Amino acid sequence: MKFMLLIHSTEPAVIENTRADAGVMSPEYAAYNDALIKAGAMLAGDRLQPTTTAASVRVRDGKTEVLDGPYAETKEQFGGYYLIDVADIDTAVQWAARCPSAQFGTVEVRPIWNTRGD
Amino acid sequence: MTNEVRQTAERVARDSYGRLVAFLAARTRDVAGAEDALAEAFASALKSWPVDGVPTNPDAWLLTVARRRQTDAIRRRQTRTTGEVHIQLMTEELEQAAANSDAIPDRRLALMFACAHPDIERGMRAPLILQTILGMTAVEIAAAFLIPPATMGQRLVRAKARIKDTGIAFAIPEREELPLRLDAVLEAIYAAYAKGWTEIGDSNADRLADEAIWLGRLVASLLPGEPEAKGLLALMLYTEARRAARRCEDGAYVPFDQQDIAIWDEQQIVAAEALLRQANKAGPTGRYQIEAAIQSAHVARRVSGRANWEAVVGLYDVLLSLTQSPVVALNRAVALAETQGLEAALASLAVIADDKRMADYQPYWAARANLAARAGRRDEAYEAMTLAVGLATDDAVRQYLIGQRWLLQDG
Repeated sequence: MKFMLLIHSTEPAVIENTRADAGVMSPEYAAYNDALIKAGAMLAGDRLQPTTTAASVRVRDGKTEVLDGPYAETKEQFGGYYLIDVADIDTAVQWAARCPSAQFGTVEVRPIWNTRGD
Repeated sequence: MTNEVRQTAERVARDSYGRLVAFLAARTRDVAGAEDALAEAFASALKSWPVDGVPTNPDAWLLTVARRRQTDAIRRRQTRTTGEVHIQLMTEELEQAAANSDAIPDRRLALMFACAHPDIERGMRAPLILQTILGMTAVEIAAAFLIPPATMGQRLVRAKARIKDTGIAFAIPEREELPLRLDAVLEAIYAAYAKGWTEIGDSNADRLADEAIWLGRLVASLLPGEPEAKGLLALMLYTEARRAARRCEDGAYVPFDQQDIAIWDEQQIVAAEALLRQANKAGPTGRYQIEAAIQSAHVARRVSGRANWEAVVGLYDVLLSLTQSPVVALNRAVALAETQGLEAALASLAVIADDKRMADYQPYWAARANLAARAGRRDEAYEAMTLAVGLATDDAVRQYLIGQRWLLQDG
């Protein structure tokens, strides 16, 4: 079964981390990646740039509006994701618990609809 | 209202809860119905006991509140099928029990055997026992077992329906069947304790370890003739005695061989040693007694200054032949390093290296990294330590492993 792990964490902390070592994965995340690959669970994963670089798009009355930034009402921002393939939701939750951001943020586990019939 | 009164109320209520669920469900096999009836009684007890004091007869108090609900519900549901006579008998039995709570038979053990029945999904036996005997909620259990709460709730409901629909007996099995069935009960308690033990930083898990010990005491006292029940309790007390020593004051992880003996709980160790002696005298030696004996050989360090590694390896040999478990093979390898050296230990890991269950088992990679590092195989150690870091769920453990990996890079 495929699951999306959505990583939400408080943005200021993330930005601070990013400035110090932009583009470098923390040792925790590097190890987590390796473990996912070794266990054969990893399909994809990426870290997103901070929401200051984001744009939001919506179409209203046939007109496209582009806004700066996301809807940033919440303290915790969506900061990255993993797409994994594991046996069941229990295993997916276990992987989410191992995700370094689970220590201070929230990792949401979402099963993926199987629309291709495979 | 002091905290102490509340704690007493909670403890007494907990003891009564399991006793009364077992009693109320024994005849109908309707665990969910018994829980519903008791939930109300239990809630009002937690409200009024801390204020009015714990009644002299808590069981009778709770049963009186739960009784009417239970019989009403049964009357509504079963009138057509069972008839009034049956309900009348049942009501009388419940009323009698409420009038004289010494007459309430303790059917908790029977309920535990029902929950640990082979027809119940293996992974659900421990959660089911925790819920029915201790009244833990699905949310609390889900957090401890790392299962989504909704999933845990559904599975608990399914398991209870299975007890009712397939007519799983509420009974302590006959002599010849007892050892096998008792295994399932003990295994469920062991699973609950192991969960509570590994996730030490988590208050849910801490509570789970306490509850498991409480259940272990209950089973050992209800089945005084069963050495394995004592063995399991001894095992849990040995490990619990070292709980405080497993973390520094700042919360950092402390490996076993560096733990401060002075903060081991001597009282619990003494209690464990006594239980293990009684168990060994009483009969055949099973896996829990052996695991307890391994703990005993480890804590020998507080007397002799050194763990008895020869005994530990010998005990793991026996345990391995009993269980064939890769986790046992892993622990044996770590002990073997102390008696026969690192190369022998690493060679002994070859049999489990391709075991799929080890691929995402953090202690396997941490132990492998430790052995390889000490044997001077730095690259292999670094790779294994990286996987161990990535698999850790506990932040204290993760930080410790990162430190260990740093040493490999540096030195």
